[in-house]
Amino acid sequence: MAAVEKSEPENNFALALREAFYAGLLSFGLFFLFVGLETTQNIRNELILVQRWGLLATLVALVMVVRFVFVAFILPAAERRKAHKAASNVVAEPNFVSRNFSKLAIAFLVIFPAIAITLSGLQGSLKWIDNFGIQILIYVMLAWGLNIVVGLAGLLDLGYVAFYAVGAYSYALLGHYFGLSFWILLPMAGILAAFWGVILGFPVLRLRGDYLAIVTLAFGEIIRLVLINWREVTNGAAGISGIPKISFFGLFTFNVSDPNYIAKVFDLPTSSVYYKIFLYYLILALCLLTAYVTIRLRRMPIGRAWEALREDEIACRSLGINTTTTKLTAFSIGAMFAGFAGSFFAARQGFVSPESFIFIESAIILAIVVLGGMGSLIGIAIAAAVMIGGTELLRELQFLKVVFGPDFTPELYRMLLFGLAMVVVMLWKPRGFVGSREPTAFLHERKTVSASFTKEGHG
Amino acid sequence: MQYFIQQLVNGLTLGAIYGLIAIGYTMVYGIVGMINFAHGDIFMVGAFVALIVFLILTSVFAGINVVLFLLIMMVVAMVMTSLYNWTIEKVAYRPLRGSFRLAPLITAIGMSIVLSNFVQVTQGPRNKPIPPLITEVYNVGGISISLKQLVIVVVTALLLAVFWYLVNKTALGRAQRACEQDRKMASLLGIDVDKTISITFIMGAALAAVAGTLYLMYYGVVSFSDGFVPGVKAFTAAVLGGIGSLPGAVIGGVLIGLIESLWSAYFSIDYKDVAAFSILAIVLIFLPSGILGRPEVEKV
Repeated sequence: MAAVEKSEPENNFALALREAFYAGLLSFGLFFLFVGLETTQNIRNELILVQRWGLLATLVALVMVVRFVFVAFILPAAERRKAHKAASNVVAEPNFVSRNFSKLAIAFLVIFPAIAITLSGLQGSLKWIDNFGIQILIYVMLAWGLNIVVGLAGLLDLGYVAFYAVGAYSYALLGHYFGLSFWILLPMAGILAAFWGVILGFPVLRLRGDYLAIVTLAFGEIIRLVLINWREVTNGAAGISGIPKISFFGLFTFNVSDPNYIAKVFDLPTSSVYYKIFLYYLILALCLLTAYVTIRLRRMPIGRAWEALREDEIACRSLGINTTTTKLTAFSIGAMFAGFAGSFFAARQGFVSPESFIFIESAIILAIVVLGGMGSLIGIAIAAAVMIGGTELLRELQFLKVVFGPDFTPELYRMLLFGLAMVVVMLWKPRGFVGSREPTAFLHERKTVSASFTKEGHG
Repeated sequence: MQYFIQQLVNGLTLGAIYGLIAIGYTMVYGIVGMINFAHGDIFMVGAFVALIVFLILTSVFAGINVVLFLLIMMVVAMVMTSLYNWTIEKVAYRPLRGSFRLAPLITAIGMSIVLSNFVQVTQGPRNKPIPPLITEVYNVGGISISLKQLVIVVVTALLLAVFWYLVNKTALGRAQRACEQDRKMASLLGIDVDKTISITFIMGAALAAVAGTLYLMYYGVVSFSDGFVPGVKAFTAAVLGGIGSLPGAVIGGVLIGLIESLWSAYFSIDYKDVAAFSILAIVLIFLPSGILGRPEVEKV
């Protein structure tokens, strides 16, 4: 660990070897039982142990090599770069791409379905638009919503998925029992979720930091457990199916049997792609709405108040900012976007069940916000694309099955990677991996301590 | 009445397990002021180590003494689980001391995800059942008390006595209490703060491993996701008893165990976790310093 001071190369190799040896020893100790032995059931349903010493040896060797390379090459290189940067102190002129990144990204997202269709045909594009486009954009929207609570206001919410569930269930239940259309229920789902945001926000106003996080986790779990157990209304763990499809403002629909089915109206071949393209643009519009509202709010007094709250709650209160309303608006606006995303999710799946709203979902969304750099919209969008798109890509890579065996399931590794990424980002760049956001309004005066070292909400 | 006492016995057993896990939360919170979110998963790792040791023992030395059997499981689980918690503290929490307050909590959540998914990936997602180790059941005036329950309560009481002695009567315990009060002052007085914190994590993990072994023995089954809910309940117990207080953690654990078993017996078993989470929220909001805890004074 203490490799930083010694940077002479020969000394470094000895140190790296020693560190690699310790890392190997430690990983052997940690993995010995769990990787070396596997508990499986035999034909008589009894647990037996399968020995995997080869795998254990490979893993330990891998850890040693990584540790060696890290201590011998990466750490000194990082040190040199840091020293170089401090010495030169020249800010690089941003090039065309980085200056117009958000515009280019939006342009790409708008023409993405066209690209997908030209490259892989009408039917082949289904996978790209649905599994990649829509899936990633849902998480972008959720992460941007949570960003208001965690990134801007600095309130760690571990039960965010509850508001997503409120949105999804309000569309599913109201659409199912009253037959209301999506366009009425979308704002209603948002309002209901915001309402729940206020209800759950009220009791936790006095709490801060980790206690707040745990209470929001408890609320999230309570809502999920109620959805499971209140069988008369929510149909329990089986969920609600047959949620109606969204129509294009009633002008044409996406059900083949309807008289105004899109293919009949426009004289096109029958295909399920139209609905996916429509959903894609819908979620894209919702995402852009979220981004627009966030950017505008950040410039308003309330946005400034959120950022002040994040940086220092006591200072914030002594300046006369009403922390009650500041916190409640953050909770309710964040919850509202989750409600929008939830009703969209219900419409897209056509089915909701409590399984979709487990704690791990909250953790994934939080991980995206943390990785993207709390507060930075572009960073979060990139993090969502990489993490969600990356795991979808893992599923596509058939050769991985050849390497790791036919029962290789990337979903399992996805969460492992998410967890590791959360830890690594926090250790390496606590203000986010992709981007970072300093407060919008800032007194530009040299300080001895940078903003990233201040303790949040702790004075 | 018999039914009620029976539920009390069951609740006490459950509470003993929660109490053992809660001590880990309470000690870590007391000394570094963070919620070790991964502690529930540390408990699950302990149960899994016990399971693997059990399978090794049954396949190599079939038919040895049950007491010896349990003892070996417990000791190996304590050692291995301590190693895990020690590593986690060193890798994920120590570099973040002095960073902003939410940073260690976020890494702790990350570590919790890593641990449960590591076990899922390496050991498979299924439930792991084992044949019962102890089957004797005694009947005392219409109330059935199994030997398993007695073992759990006795082991918990013994360990508590040992830990109470460690924290209150030894140099190590003095160092821990000093770090808890003022870390900087303690280091000025020659206490190795890093080492003391490491030992605190090791102690917490060792107790969680015992809880895991007892859990495996009591229920006879464990799965990779079993860390989350007992972890949250044990955390509730720690807060209810007053976070930072050792006897408080045990009292809180027993209370949570009793509430859970009585709730399941007289109200609805479906909503028993809702009850636990509601108690957590209510306690944190209205009684954040717990039964035996000191109210936290905010310093500017």
